[in-house]
Amino acid sequence: MPKKILFIEDESALQKTFDEILRQEGYEMISALDGESGVLLAKTKKPDLILLDLILPKMNGFEVLAELKKDEETKSIPIIVLTNLEGLIDINKAIELGATTYLVKSQYSLKEVLDKIKTALE
Amino acid sequence: MNKKKFFEEINIFGQCRRLNLSLWQCPSFLFLIMGLIIILSALFTYFIGNRYINDPLLVALLVLALSTILLVIAFFITQSFEKLAEAARLKTEFINIVSHQLNTPLSNLRWATELLTSGRLGPIENKQIEYFKIIKENIDRMKDLISDLIIVSKLESNNLFSEIKEVSFPNLIQQLIKEFEPLLQASNIVVSFSSPKDLPKTLTDAFQLKLVIKNLLENSINYLRGKGEINILVEKKGENFYFEIKDNGVGIPKKDQKYIFKKFFRSENVLKYQTQGTGLGLYICKSIVEKLNGTIGFESVENKGSKFWFTLPLFRS
Repeated sequence: MPKKILFIEDESALQKTFDEILRQEGYEMISALDGESGVLLAKTKKPDLILLDLILPKMNGFEVLAELKKDEETKSIPIIVLTNLEGLIDINKAIELGATTYLVKSQYSLKEVLDKIKTALE
Repeated sequence: MNKKKFFEEINIFGQCRRLNLSLWQCPSFLFLIMGLIIILSALFTYFIGNRYINDPLLVALLVLALSTILLVIAFFITQSFEKLAEAARLKTEFINIVSHQLNTPLSNLRWATELLTSGRLGPIENKQIEYFKIIKENIDRMKDLISDLIIVSKLESNNLFSEIKEVSFPNLIQQLIKEFEPLLQASNIVVSFSSPKDLPKTLTDAFQLKLVIKNLLENSINYLRGKGEINILVEKKGENFYFEIKDNGVGIPKKDQKYIFKKFFRSENVLKYQTQGTGLGLYICKSIVEKLNGTIGFESVENKGSKFWFTLPLFRS
């Protein structure tokens, strides 16, 4: 059974790129284009890892994090925040809410993000 | 304060023009008017008091009227300061939003290009690789520009990340040289670094200092043509640290030298050698060094090379 990764991100171009690369690496990617459907998919599909953007429609990434971390069934799923917000306040807030890793998109290559995903799934 | 700065300070009209404010919204102008009115009021009160010494009610009414005028002017001054503060806040917010909105499509573009060039979607011909390289270089340029703009915006609003701790200059420099090692090797550049063994540590802003040295090192690398040499030196001079970075690169034309620390200024050499850069690096260096109570300067000869240096006060924890 391939490991399931839920990608909560409203940029469909990014969804497409990650879908391609994750599939090639042998993972199954589930995509959510807003926070609300992200939470719903996390609860129903029980992914092995969640990639989460912070600026999202309907429910922002912080709210998604808080919601998933208070639910017994989803609280142990590792969550990698993948965002362009690089303020210290945002980083601390996400880590306090339970994010496993915080990655600023502009500072990482695709390969580096992939390595972080692999490490988180080990 | 030098003569030029002094005249800039007292040129109220120039200051208002620079702030893009009308005279009646400009704090310096309103301050001047208020000063004049206070002086005139004092004289006027003296005159009236003297003239109508037997009619205290009239004197009191006139003083009251004057106080009201002063109060109104003070209100305008406060409002104009509020407007300035609001404009500064909006500017920072605007840059943050714009940079975030620019970074988002840029990340999509960067990662999609990386996926294409990785060969994961099929083989790519050599000619295509050349053009992908151009795309990648330009994406990196835009990424650097956005990153520098964010730094400048944070610097100007005193919000740049700060990490005050004890810093060992040699360790910091060696760490940076290591980070640049792949680029140095690919560009055939040799870096030498020397510092006395007993150099003490200093209490300073490690994050911002690293940013300064990184920018200076990057500049030296970018302005070297072909095989080059970079010499870095750190030493203690009195109660200051002295840092120097010297290269045998293209140098800066004499007529451009006075503008070199200005925002967005790029020397003629940049066009000549098509060197990439944002025109913000040295402005960032100067702002940070001065904020850390240091001084920065350079010497340069066109076609021979440049030497940039800065000093920082030595603070022991």
